[in-house]
Amino acid sequence: MYVIIALSIVIFSIMAVTTKKILRAATYLLFALLATAGVYFQMDYQFLGATQIAVYAGGVVVLFVFAILLTHKPGKDAEALTSHKKVQGVLAAVACVALCGFALLSFGRFCLKTLEGGADVPMDTIGTTLLSTGSDGYLLPFEALSVLLLACIIAGVVIARRR
Amino acid sequence: MITNTVLVLVLPFVMFLFLGLAGVKMPRKTAGVLGVAGMLVTTVLAYWVAIDYFVNHPQHEQIIANVDWLNFTPRLVARMGVLIDPISAMMLVVISTVSLMVHLYSLGYMCDHHGHAEKGFQRYYSFLALFTFSMLGLVVATNIFQMFIFFEMVGLSSYLLIGFYYSLPAANHANKKAFIVTRLADLFFLLGIMILTFSTGTFDFDALVGLGNMDASQKAVGTMDGLNFMGIPAVGWALVFIFIGGAGKSAMYPLHIWLPDAMEGPTPVSALIHAATMVVAGVFLIARMFPLYVLVPMAMNVVAVVGAFTAFYAAAVACVQSDIKRALAFSTISQIAFMMTSLAVSADGGKLLGGHEAGLGYMASMFHLFTHAMFKALLFLCAGAIIHAVHSNENDQMHGLHKYMPITSIAFLIGCLAIAGIPPFAGFFSKDEILVACYERGLGWGLWMSMVAGMTAFYMFRIYYLIFFWKKHEVHTEHEPADQPWTMTLPLIILATISCVAGFVPFGKFVTYNGAPLETHINWTVAGTSVGIALVGIALATWLYFKENPKPERMKNAMSGLWTAAYRRFYMDELYQFITHKIIFQGICKPIAWFDRIFIDGFFNKLADLTGNASFAIRRVQGGNTQSYAFVYLLGALLLAAITGVVIVMI
Amino acid sequence: MKLTLLMYLIPSLIMFGCGIYGFLTRKNMIAMLISLELMLNAVDINFALFNRFLYSGNHEGMLFSLFAIAIAAAETAVAIAIIINVYRIAKNVDINQINKLKF
Repeated sequence: MYVIIALSIVIFSIMAVTTKKILRAATYLLFALLATAGVYFQMDYQFLGATQIAVYAGGVVVLFVFAILLTHKPGKDAEALTSHKKVQGVLAAVACVALCGFALLSFGRFCLKTLEGGADVPMDTIGTTLLSTGSDGYLLPFEALSVLLLACIIAGVVIARRR
Repeated sequence: MITNTVLVLVLPFVMFLFLGLAGVKMPRKTAGVLGVAGMLVTTVLAYWVAIDYFVNHPQHEQIIANVDWLNFTPRLVARMGVLIDPISAMMLVVISTVSLMVHLYSLGYMCDHHGHAEKGFQRYYSFLALFTFSMLGLVVATNIFQMFIFFEMVGLSSYLLIGFYYSLPAANHANKKAFIVTRLADLFFLLGIMILTFSTGTFDFDALVGLGNMDASQKAVGTMDGLNFMGIPAVGWALVFIFIGGAGKSAMYPLHIWLPDAMEGPTPVSALIHAATMVVAGVFLIARMFPLYVLVPMAMNVVAVVGAFTAFYAAAVACVQSDIKRALAFSTISQIAFMMTSLAVSADGGKLLGGHEAGLGYMASMFHLFTHAMFKALLFLCAGAIIHAVHSNENDQMHGLHKYMPITSIAFLIGCLAIAGIPPFAGFFSKDEILVACYERGLGWGLWMSMVAGMTAFYMFRIYYLIFFWKKHEVHTEHEPADQPWTMTLPLIILATISCVAGFVPFGKFVTYNGAPLETHINWTVAGTSVGIALVGIALATWLYFKENPKPERMKNAMSGLWTAAYRRFYMDELYQFITHKIIFQGICKPIAWFDRIFIDGFFNKLADLTGNASFAIRRVQGGNTQSYAFVYLLGALLLAAITGVVIVMI
Repeated sequence: MKLTLLMYLIPSLIMFGCGIYGFLTRKNMIAMLISLELMLNAVDINFALFNRFLYSGNHEGMLFSLFAIAIAAAETAVAIAIIINVYRIAKNVDINQINKLKF
């Protein structure tokens, strides 16, 4: 199972940024996100995985598809998606990956830790944590996030409104 | 009295503002009539002030009003005020009379042949009022600083009026020339004021040249004792510089070059410039500072020599000019030089000459200023009438106008007789006094000036004959030349009358350097000689120019070199051209310009180039491309992370 | 086979690298946004991983991912609104041509 998930993350990520058609890129993104959800399930984070599928795979990708359809005239796919700065991009990506990899290998003694079982987080724990105000409570960020989402809705409407 | 005197000043200024600001809103003729009415009131007030002064306070200067204006230091204060003394009262009369005549005359002159007023009529009247105001302010100045300011304003208004036809290039050149030359001279005037004020610590005429008492001047000169520069006492420098200022305005050689060109303005303006304002400002300045000049023989001699030479030079040039206004312009230069010389010869070696007639030259100069203003205004207004009738300045276009314009002809004749010094016309009396003063100084001075007086008679009658006789006029315009409308003829008649009778004014009773009446009597030896010389000049002119004949042409050919030199004004303009263009521009300005271009400009150009290139090189950084920003940001973040890593490893 | 933390971190790192590469090379603004999502996602994974492998008794990492997902959704919505608006004005979503703001 791990092999499938790891491979699909790697392959779909690469394809999402190299494909020549924008709609395909969105589709590959969807698969990469679904694979990410798979990782969460393997970690026994069912709620997180479900959120990933619902919000990301279900919401964000649909948004992308709508945006793509709105901003692209059919038949104009031939337009190159990638600019001429490929070398620069590769350079930056490789440098970044190398640095992180180097850091992991140099400092990451913990990297060889294995997965232990029995860490399932029940739903009620998540619910009480989000809505409690104690030292490990998350009510304030939760409320802030609610306000942010409301602001986003309004902002989205205002910005995209046809004048 | 106070109100009247101040009103004389304020009224022209109000007219200037009113016509200048509101003039465009009214019909042109209305503006003109308003201007004339304003000037008429001013004239009446000026006469009132003058008569009142001469009747009630004939021997005292009177400071009517004096307000502090600029407090430089507690001791040195520039004031603005009104000073009435014999010469300023006399000048009030002269200026307002001539100005009124010019105002009235312009009503007719500044119209086309259908009687429609020209474009800019209101502006013209507004500037005339400003000109009059400046000159009135100049003559009543209580201190030398105020005088300087009005001196400048006279220059400014003449600039505006000479360039009245601002669309003509010639007018533009002329007014620039007038402004620059007089401005240059005024710079020296200012220097003179500075030197004088530096040691005396005052601007006031009261302290510098108390009227009629030499003590004040003696004291002023005394404060400058021992101050020398290049072997010449400072007071000498100051007075010579002030004279240069006056010479610029009075068109003394070699600063006369602007005056002939100033003819580009409308003819009535020329009349105003030549008769009552502008050119007499210089004479007035020297007359005002007269007691100081008396005490400094060196400065006095400079004035005398320059005056005497200019008188001859201008007369010689006037003998051959073909343009009527130019000839009149040079005659003005010559006559103004007469006044200067007359002022200067009345003292020698620090003392006034002439025993019981001391200060005769001063009186004569002012007298000549007065009479000359009248007949020169008359001559110019006549010339204007002729030009208006024939549309040309050249006298070969005029010939034989006597038949068509009898009134103008007679008025012009009276003007000529007056300037030639034939009794009983005005010029005789004043010129006679001048010559007496010259003979008192020395025989050479007297003979020289008598000769110039003879030349004056010759060239005036040459012009007169060439215009009104010579040959029958061939009418080649659609209308015959004729006497002009009453607005133009009336001033001619008035001025001609004044020119006839002005000589009988007992001038010496009123205007003398110290206010004490001076009993004058005609010195018949001198008078006989000068009249004789004048008659010879007239006879010569009659013989040569009365009827068309080949004699002038033959004479011209016989001395063609001299004739051409005189016609070209002895190459003074060319000399200026040479000095300014070849020497100053080429020799001084060019190297400076080269240095400026190569080093100063070069340095800043390089600096600008450097900045430009640098910004060109780094502008990609701010190219507005999000991805470049992201790339740089990422590199920075990676670098920071790497450095942190290295630091951690090191520790 | 024992699953170690490293085995999960490597795909996540590759995902992040892909995101960087895409963000720097894509011309299309929507494609750039997709790359951005990839990077965000890689970070989310890492939070969850570290929480699970190293501090399995706590929930902070997991909750952080949860919040990050919500914020990412909000951010995407706004970004897309902006892109659509830009498209209306410029008739174009090419990042190289949307540079008028620099003036």
